[in-house]
Amino acid sequence: MALDDRKSDFTFVGTRPNRPDGLDKVTGRAKFGADISAPGMLHGAVLRSPHAHARIVKIDASRAEAHNDVKAVVTRADFADVPFKPGLEGEFWNVLENVMAGEKALYDGHAVAAVAATSALAARDALKLIEVEYEVLPHVTDVDKAMASDAPIIREGAADYSVPEGMHPNVVRYHESGHGDVEAGFAEADLVIEDSFVTEATHQGYIEPHACLGMLGNDGKGELWCTTQGHWIAQKTCAALLGIETSQLRVTASEIGGGFGGKTTVFIEPVALALSRKANRPVKIVMTRSEVFRATGPTSSASMDVKIGMKTDGTISAAQGVFRLQGGAFPGAPGDMTAMCAFAPYNLTNVKQIGYDVMSNRPKQAAYRAPGAPMGAFAVESVIDELCNKLGLDPVDVRLKNAAHEGTKASYGPTYERIGLVETLEAAKAHPHYAAPLKPGQGRGISCGFWFNHGGETSVSLALSEDGSAQLMVGTPDIGGSRASMALMAAEVLGIAYENIRVTVADTATLGYNDVSHGSRVTYASGLATIKAAKHAVEKLCERAAAKWGIPVDAVKWEDGCAVPSGPNAGDFDPMPLADITADMGSTGGPISGHFEATPEGAGVSFGTHIVDAEVDPETGKTSITRYTVIQDAGKAIHPTYVEGQFQGGAAQGIGWALNEEYIYGEDGRLQNSIFLDYRIPVASDLPMIDTVIVEVPNPGHPFGVRGVGETGIVPPLAAIANAVSNAAGVRMKQLPMSPPRILAALKDNG
Amino acid sequence: MDYHSPASFAEASALAANATGITRFLAGGTDVLVQLRSELVTPDTLIDIKKINGVHDITRNADGSWTLGVATTGAEMSEHPDLGKDWPGVVEAMDLIGSTQVQGRATLTGNLCNGSPAADSVPAMVAAGVTVTVTGPDGTREIAVEDIPTGPGKISLAKGEVVSAVNIPARGENAGDAYLRFIPRTEMDIAVVGVGVSLRLDGDTITEARVSLGAIAPTVLLVEDCAKALVGSKLDDAALDALAAAASAACNPIDDKRGTIAFRTEVAGVLAKRAAKIAYARAKGENA
Ligand SMILES: Cc1cc2nc3c(=O)[nH]c(=O)nc-3n(C[C@H](O)[C@H](O)[C@H](O)COP(=O)(O)OP(=O)(O)OC[C@H]3O[C@@H](n4cnc5c(N)ncnc54)[C@H](O)[C@@H]3O)c2cc1C
Repeated sequence: MALDDRKSDFTFVGTRPNRPDGLDKVTGRAKFGADISAPGMLHGAVLRSPHAHARIVKIDASRAEAHNDVKAVVTRADFADVPFKPGLEGEFWNVLENVMAGEKALYDGHAVAAVAATSALAARDALKLIEVEYEVLPHVTDVDKAMASDAPIIREGAADYSVPEGMHPNVVRYHESGHGDVEAGFAEADLVIEDSFVTEATHQGYIEPHACLGMLGNDGKGELWCTTQGHWIAQKTCAALLGIETSQLRVTASEIGGGFGGKTTVFIEPVALALSRKANRPVKIVMTRSEVFRATGPTSSASMDVKIGMKTDGTISAAQGVFRLQGGAFPGAPGDMTAMCAFAPYNLTNVKQIGYDVMSNRPKQAAYRAPGAPMGAFAVESVIDELCNKLGLDPVDVRLKNAAHEGTKASYGPTYERIGLVETLEAAKAHPHYAAPLKPGQGRGISCGFWFNHGGETSVSLALSEDGSAQLMVGTPDIGGSRASMALMAAEVLGIAYENIRVTVADTATLGYNDVSHGSRVTYASGLATIKAAKHAVEKLCERAAAKWGIPVDAVKWEDGCAVPSGPNAGDFDPMPLADITADMGSTGGPISGHFEATPEGAGVSFGTHIVDAEVDPETGKTSITRYTVIQDAGKAIHPTYVEGQFQGGAAQGIGWALNEEYIYGEDGRLQNSIFLDYRIPVASDLPMIDTVIVEVPNPGHPFGVRGVGETGIVPPLAAIANAVSNAAGVRMKQLPMSPPRILAALKDNG
Repeated sequence: MDYHSPASFAEASALAANATGITRFLAGGTDVLVQLRSELVTPDTLIDIKKINGVHDITRNADGSWTLGVATTGAEMSEHPDLGKDWPGVVEAMDLIGSTQVQGRATLTGNLCNGSPAADSVPAMVAAGVTVTVTGPDGTREIAVEDIPTGPGKISLAKGEVVSAVNIPARGENAGDAYLRFIPRTEMDIAVVGVGVSLRLDGDTITEARVSLGAIAPTVLLVEDCAKALVGSKLDDAALDALAAAASAACNPIDDKRGTIAFRTEVAGVLAKRAAKIAYARAKGENA
């Protein structure tokens, strides 16, 4: 067979068919996490700490256990004895400690016990029968205060090797990177601006709360159904936390109502399994929204100092940043990611970045699209904007002048392959939005953004049916239309119609290991694996055709869904369609399938540029976003509509983060706004139409050129919106969210 | 929990008078059921007043005044052909509450008797001079809306008392009302500041004014000084500035997750001016 390794003209790829799961979702036939039940099922509920930091002196569950409706109560003692290790080395211990508190409750909402009862109401009522004696301890929820010498210590020994001596024990990881000589660079600059920035934690805000159904027998065999971005990680983690063998737990991913990184770990899943093991019945747990806010992963909050030097022609001569991220009561805040991404769009001679991972009495942070990157971009791109304003330079021109390109040594170390930042900036400059006049009271903001993208462990299996249709098994839950993209890529290789391919998200017992649907990796890695699996099947199809024709297999190639002779010398045969080969495959050698398993490494970094117009009411500080354009490099857009959806979603979430979303803690360390009424995610009428431009600079690491697009889209918005708002208000906004009280106060301070 | 659906207000009143523990009347339930589900308030007795005859009626009386049944929903008010022509401020305030789904259930009485200082319809009702009829063990009485709330979540009705009607005065000539609230989003939010204004003009001059502020004190306030700033003026800049100053001066807000003291105090003045301009334009027969 002779298939081009890198394709550039496509039949199916780049079209916009309806998603295969669309009808199920609009008719309610799709089964989400909570849409399941089992015979004899119990309902679980979790008792949560009302304190930000407290020693658990005693848990007396005897009254709950004695209740007729209650079939099991679990506490930390019902889980495995997972070893503690510093930093992220001990991530299983960290997850266990988060799933069920040990000696201390570490944040408001931390699970301390759980019950399984005959109804959801009975379970909820039974929680009130559990008596917990707490010794309340001093707490800290602010990142800067958590690093101060007088901060309460959350856990001794959590810091890993990277942390310099003399730091507070709440600082648990340290990152430093860069190149050149920043001091020399600042000396060369015509203008140096140094400023400090703060962002609050935000929640991923997925519409579907966590939900699961667990069954675990005393023989160590179990089944788990859950809403997750990755069921293999759920399998591995639950097995470790319950002390059972990984392969004995079969995990099935439900349809997923959003995740954005927040469903890449486990919360209630091990609890349901522990309850089930004790009660010997299936146990279902569904979180309330308030539990989702209090106890599942928000993103980190950040405190940052950025210093940039620029010459009058716009050249950045040096850049330096310190990024302090708080990630709750566990190691994991992505201070390293923030630092590495902060200056990544630029081709810099002198750059230095430092990141801190700091613990505080808040819930364990979880990934949220490009974890860590949006905050750093906010700080860096704000300073660049201010430099442009002060030096009278065009913000797109300045970014173009400094833009990284193929061969640039990235701020975080490696040398870039072919990348598309310059193309996004040129598209921004050419876009009518950038030239459109602004009304009085409006301001425009620009920002670039970067994300690494990820490959990750991937397994895909493709099986052909006798009638010539195909079933494709992938292991990455579909969080953004990926079934459609997989089917398009398989159709492209096989040459059969998109509609004739059924894509299934297989369970852990059906397919080899798959990493989580994160890191913008699905269309890249599962896509690459799909292409390779389909090619594997095509090889076999060609073999069968060769045998039928009695010619060597290398004299057969695959074209438009048919085996054809590879040239005039190969013989004169009519094209043999796929369905003709599969029709009798049972007697010509057996079922035809294709497989691919690997950890692809060429994910291809991704860049975007956003243009935002904002209008600020000077009397109330209220902002409206009047126009928004997202421009991003997708490498190759397999299904352009879903690429645009990712771009728009990033902008929408960024608007929320920039303007109104925030975790608000009271003096008592308790979360004040654990409902959507007070946690102000944007409503539809808050958003303008978000325009998109897909730039396609093919990724050399993917057969069709794909770069992941899921995360980069949330990197520029905070900065772009802050720049627009600052330009509209005439005062630099350095703290997110830019809620009306903050803007009005800034306007007043500015006179 | 006991659930009752009485056929008359007298029966509702008697049920409430004899109930022990926590009693709630069930109008639209958009506060009661939300509080129940979130375990904020678990009533022992729930008295559904929606089965009483006439509770959805919107009646224009011979003297031009209006009587609204206590289960009349926001949607029914908005869809009424004439109510909004007389009292656009009251109708727009009610219409701001929640979503389309909530509008199909929520009522003026529920909004008032829930006792929230941020309740949207209440400043509009206070500005409009709305009263409610209350049925109790000793018969009925009529109370001005501003006398119902006594603090966050607290109202002046005695045990066994139930609101049996909402009375909106006759609009009369050369008059207009308006309600504005501040929320950080465009909808589905709780007022950080709310302002209701009702005006009557003689020519260009304001002869009567009622201004009410919400979400800036433990209860919705009727602010006399705001009215004084307006009466006799043609809503010139000096009057508007005096209005804003009086509104800000009346504020006694708290710092909370929804807004700061400084913000609420400032924005109360801003919204008072904006609402007064709308009410003024409406009083002059302009579309505003
Ligand atoms: C999604 C959502 C959005 C919302 N948005 C807003 C908003 O923007 N602005 C706003 O102000 N509110 C808002 N609310 C709150 C609520 O909808 C309003 O307060 C509504 O007007 C309550 O009316 P109801 O008929 O549903 O009251 P119910 O919940 O039935 O009752 C509320 C209270 O009034 C009492 N009550 C009811 N009828 C009587 C009676 N006849 N006599 C004596 N007491 C009585 C009840 O005992 C109870 O204490 C929102 C609620 C939800 C769920």
